[in-house]
Amino acid sequence: MTFARVELERLATLASLDIGREDLERLGGELSRILDFVRQLETAATHETEPLTHPLELNQPLRFDAVAETVDRERYQRDAPRTESGYYLVPRVIE
Amino acid sequence: MKWESVIGLEVHAQLATESKIFSSTPTRYGAEPNTQAGLIDLGYPGVLPVLNQKAVELAVTFGLAIDASIGRRSVFARKNYFYPDLPKGYQISQYDRPIVTGGGLDVLLSDGSVKRIGITRAHLEEDAGKSVHDLFPDSSGIDLNRAGTPLLEIVSEPDLRSAEEAVAYLKCLHTLVRYLEICDGNMQEGSFRCDANVSVRPIGQHDLSTRTEIKNLNSFRFVEQAIAFEIDRQIRVHEDGGIIVQETRLYDANRRETRPLRTKEDAHDYRYFPDPDLLPLVLEERFIEAIASRLPELPRAKRDRFMAVYGLSVYDATVLTQSRALAEYYETGMKGSALDSKIMANWVMGEVLAGLNRDHLEIEAVPVSATDLAGLLARIGDGTLSGKMAKEVFEAMWTGGGTADAVIDAKSLRQLSDTDTLEGVIDTVIAAHPEQWAEYCAGRDKLLGFFVGQVMQATRGQASPKLLNALLQKKRHPES
Repeated sequence: MTFARVELERLATLASLDIGREDLERLGGELSRILDFVRQLETAATHETEPLTHPLELNQPLRFDAVAETVDRERYQRDAPRTESGYYLVPRVIE
Repeated sequence: MKWESVIGLEVHAQLATESKIFSSTPTRYGAEPNTQAGLIDLGYPGVLPVLNQKAVELAVTFGLAIDASIGRRSVFARKNYFYPDLPKGYQISQYDRPIVTGGGLDVLLSDGSVKRIGITRAHLEEDAGKSVHDLFPDSSGIDLNRAGTPLLEIVSEPDLRSAEEAVAYLKCLHTLVRYLEICDGNMQEGSFRCDANVSVRPIGQHDLSTRTEIKNLNSFRFVEQAIAFEIDRQIRVHEDGGIIVQETRLYDANRRETRPLRTKEDAHDYRYFPDPDLLPLVLEERFIEAIASRLPELPRAKRDRFMAVYGLSVYDATVLTQSRALAEYYETGMKGSALDSKIMANWVMGEVLAGLNRDHLEIEAVPVSATDLAGLLARIGDGTLSGKMAKEVFEAMWTGGGTADAVIDAKSLRQLSDTDTLEGVIDTVIAAHPEQWAEYCAGRDKLLGFFVGQVMQATRGQASPKLLNALLQKKRHPES
């Protein structure tokens, strides 16, 4: 299967990835081969198999509803490029 | 052409937990920016979300209350999109296996009828943060305190047919979540938010037309205005031969119109997939039964009981059970009193609700207690007050006049129900109007009203209407 160029460009936009022209060619080929590989699964009989949402045979443990974490805002904000008055700053986004 | 509107609502109800849905930071409203955003909320690499049991319990509580089916195995999924207030680049939500499926709400409409509105599903998800656009030049500020707050997204069937019905449903849902104490319902603080899907179709057409979605309606009034505007707009577009584009619109309350939100169409491909960080949520019967056993009496059961025990109509019973506090008020008033249940219902739904409306009060802050109202109604029952005088006393009680008896004493409002005194007044009135009296005795029944009026005037409205009527009849036919 070959990956349509438009399709790849759309995926790149959705993932906010800036992919150059030549990379697009190469990635298209690689992704197509991966999909072909995975496609082999389509030959397996799965109509009686429950969809697998998780590989582990475990159930989600639950946590008691209580505040147990202290927030060190100053420490966390040191990791951010820009902060002011307690806010994380980002380039202006207005819808 | 006649048009029919088709509306479905998506409501985000913030669940009343202490801590977030997947982390143990607080959910309290109004804290300093980012002081409640921990490592999981900020989307740091290597952290693992752990589900809050209370959030699950509250979602199940809702599901049981609307007769829905509870997913014995529900799955969390990642909804992928980029926005600065969503640090992970995905929102943890539920997709094809929500915790609540089906069910419905019995909504009281303004014409007194009750309509069942179906609920498609309700699922658990985390809230995003908040962007602030007016604090910094050329930058937006991000406050992630709200990130990770547990939400129950409640999706209705497209069963609503007008803006008014949509608001009635929304109010009913609002009442229910507070009834169940799963959400504080505070719309200003964003604890209860609504998106509306609206389309119109020619009456008789079965298929749904293209719809638009109006986002973030945060008051009942805006919901009604926005939907009404959007219905009119779509009808105009159709009638002008135009085409409705499926899009997201915002409601501008100042200009009272909806307008399209400029977003790239691509942004709506959320590429949901099961979140590998979270295991399937499996609920055992025991867990669900324990929640069921703690459920309060639900509005519908309460309504049925009010009809059976107090003999009320479906309308009266529905109004009185719309909120837990109002129902309690009614029942407190009825407790231990020999009052007519219908009279109590009329007063609660009439004077009490009108007073609350007028003064913008909630039932919790009602100035006249249920016991005091029962005391007032007892004074009508024993003939001390006429219905009209009782309303006057009620007004005085409302503004701090104390109990009915205190007001009656203070205003010397006691109804004149002493036969001798009243007969004296009647004689005076007859003496002053001999011609009319003769006509009345000769059969002009209409003049009864005239004499009642004269006596009422002479007694400043305090004559007992019942006794007065009886005495006038007796004077007219002394032998009977």
